[in-house]
Amino acid sequence: MKRSVLLATLGGAVLAGGMASAATLDEVKARDVLNCGVNTGLAGFAAPDANGNWQGFDVAVCKALAAAVLGDATKVKYVPTTGQTRFTALSSGEVDVLARNSTWSFQRDTDLKLDFVATNYYDGQGFMVPRALGVTSATELDGATVCIQTGTTTELNLADWFRANNITYQPVNIDSNAEGEQQYLAGACDAYTTDASGLAATRAAFANPDDHIILPEIISKEPLAIAVRHGDNEWGDIVRWTFFALVAAEDYGITSANLEEQAANSQNPEVQRLLGKTDDLGAMIGLDADWAKRAIAASGNYGEIFNATIGEATPIKLNRGLNAQWTQGGLMYAPPFR
Amino acid sequence: MADTAAPADPPFRLSMLIYDRRYRGWTIQIVVFLVVMTAAAWLINNTLENLAALGKDFSFRFLGQRAGYDIPQRLIPYTADSTHLRATVVGLLNTLLVSILGCIAATVLGVVAGVLRLSNNWIVARLLTIYVEIFRNIPLLLWILVIYAIFTEALPPPNAFRGEDPAASMVLFDSIALTNRYTAIPSLHATSDPGSLSLGWGVLISWAAVAFVLAFVAAVIAHRAIRRWAKARQEETGARPTTWPISLGLYVVPAVVLWFWFGITVERPVLAGFNFAGGSNVHNALVALWLALTLYTGAFIAEIVRAGILAVSKGQTEAAYALGLRPGRTMSLVVLPQALRVIVPPLISQWLNLTKNSSLAIATGYMDLRATLGGTTLNQTGRELEAMVLMMLIYLVLSLIISGGMNIYNARIRLRER
Ligand SMILES: N[C@@H](CCC(=O)N[C@@H](CS)C(=O)NCC(=O)O)C(=O)O
Repeated sequence: MKRSVLLATLGGAVLAGGMASAATLDEVKARDVLNCGVNTGLAGFAAPDANGNWQGFDVAVCKALAAAVLGDATKVKYVPTTGQTRFTALSSGEVDVLARNSTWSFQRDTDLKLDFVATNYYDGQGFMVPRALGVTSATELDGATVCIQTGTTTELNLADWFRANNITYQPVNIDSNAEGEQQYLAGACDAYTTDASGLAATRAAFANPDDHIILPEIISKEPLAIAVRHGDNEWGDIVRWTFFALVAAEDYGITSANLEEQAANSQNPEVQRLLGKTDDLGAMIGLDADWAKRAIAASGNYGEIFNATIGEATPIKLNRGLNAQWTQGGLMYAPPFR
Repeated sequence: MADTAAPADPPFRLSMLIYDRRYRGWTIQIVVFLVVMTAAAWLINNTLENLAALGKDFSFRFLGQRAGYDIPQRLIPYTADSTHLRATVVGLLNTLLVSILGCIAATVLGVVAGVLRLSNNWIVARLLTIYVEIFRNIPLLLWILVIYAIFTEALPPPNAFRGEDPAASMVLFDSIALTNRYTAIPSLHATSDPGSLSLGWGVLISWAAVAFVLAFVAAVIAHRAIRRWAKARQEETGARPTTWPISLGLYVVPAVVLWFWFGITVERPVLAGFNFAGGSNVHNALVALWLALTLYTGAFIAEIVRAGILAVSKGQTEAAYALGLRPGRTMSLVVLPQALRVIVPPLISQWLNLTKNSSLAIATGYMDLRATLGGTTLNQTGRELEAMVLMMLIYLVLSLIISGGMNIYNARIRLRER
């Protein structure tokens, strides 16, 4: 009997996982709400505001997608996921899409059976230390205690980088950003390491952000990308091109302010195709002609989203850097809409 | 003659499978068996189909791959270059470490608290009632978090020990530093290094440590022999020879000799760079988890002990008093040995609970089995099902070993009825 109980438990767990590769678009439409996996709370990227509404750079992707697919940017259920739970949540079908500071890596893309459809933030891993520590370079961290979130690429990079530089460290494993913040501020670790954007966002939430510095070393490539399950290519296409619509909109100067006017009057054929005036691209991905227009209307184009959530004018103060448009020397580059 | 012949069995009818008691038992068993097997087959089939639908297979090959992550607390050598299998073993050993420490401490605490709860001293009894009720009625996870948070927030960080006029200072003749990361304690080193005993798998134990352990074991054996001899003498002559100086010598003399033989030195922890070095650092994650497990399980054991003591009839105590035994001896010689029979079975389940509860370690970042195999390894490899199955098997085996061992002990102390 014991064995069958075990099996039943296991089976139950797997059953709950459910069939994952059914047509996600149909499921989302039938449900009339998009389940979007976000992080548990990282200011600027995804965090509930004072009214309990989720806001942020990653959240904007969810909104644009819900607007494109369901016609309403508010029809999103935000599912907070930790570094440990996020991919299980996605592959089990608990969320339809994951927009959560997740690095696109070979193993995740292949072995974990995920598909990273587009990078929404090009990042790299950095270190934050209290200014009072007097450290100015990560290479001076020999012997330091470092807080690190488990289940992340950053925990592997950390091990690699310290070994490559022939210095040692003591990891303190934490489960979420909030826990890391608490440990770091209590001095239980000398340094906190994660994506540089995450560091900036974490620091912005401190009582005295100026008491902490982010060290100059960037020790890895962290293309933070939007992920869907492997196998449902139609859904993957929708997510990818919805994001590209936001990037292209910035490229062509379409903003939330001039969206209607551009849709009505633009003579640029690319803009006409993007906003559904000609060619009906939407039909090719199972949506209507106005899908991209609605996506852009949700929170503006990529640049507007960036500036409003994590840009220089916000407490997080990130500059565009690698995430500028390709015309400005950045990596944001939407393939042609045709 | 024909009249006395036994009536022939009535011919078999299908309805007898249900209404005839001779067959009904079998019918039910076979039906239940078929239902269980069908359900199991369906679940397994479903699992395999779902795995196939996700494009995943079921394989333990990941255990041989490079782990790539570091583990701060480890009992055997491990680096990021080690395999996931080794990381699993490191986690398992950490689980065992905290479980064993926890079981010992919780049992001691539980027995003391259980006995004292029955104390005639009103304050003592009430205080222990409060202890038991508080710890029994608040979830363990909260206790772990609270105790860990106290360590983190209340103790100074290592760099508070720095400078001319440090904000924090070490205790016990500057040999121990309590910090919000770990407790730095002195460590022992052998100046005339005797080399190490290799246990395989890169595990080395200094011969000096082996020698100390052997000396201790030998002392225990000799000590017992002496006590047996003293008892025999007492029975023969009525006078018990004084043996404690000899026993003490048995323990102390070899230790002192070995100490000088190996030239053991005590190395104190000193602040070097960001952290203390030189001594050993006992991580707060371990201490907090151990404390929480001990206090929580100790409360349950206290209740078990109290119930066990109350189960021994009052007449036993009274008889012991009548013989002139003092209360302490009455408890240890008369009541507790009998109470043990009632105590041991539920005590086993508390030990099992403690071992399983140690998987809450992740809350403090202590890298136990759940945090290595079921945490980082699972997460970095994406092998949820395999990691979970393996982890469940390991916990199952661990529990079976504990309860098996305790059942043997239980059988030995059981009341032998004649
Ligand atoms: N990019 C890395 C790290 C991602 C990560 O976990 N980032 C943290 C810190 S920036 C985070 O988002 N934490 C928010 C949370 O815990 O919910 C990865 O994909 O493994």
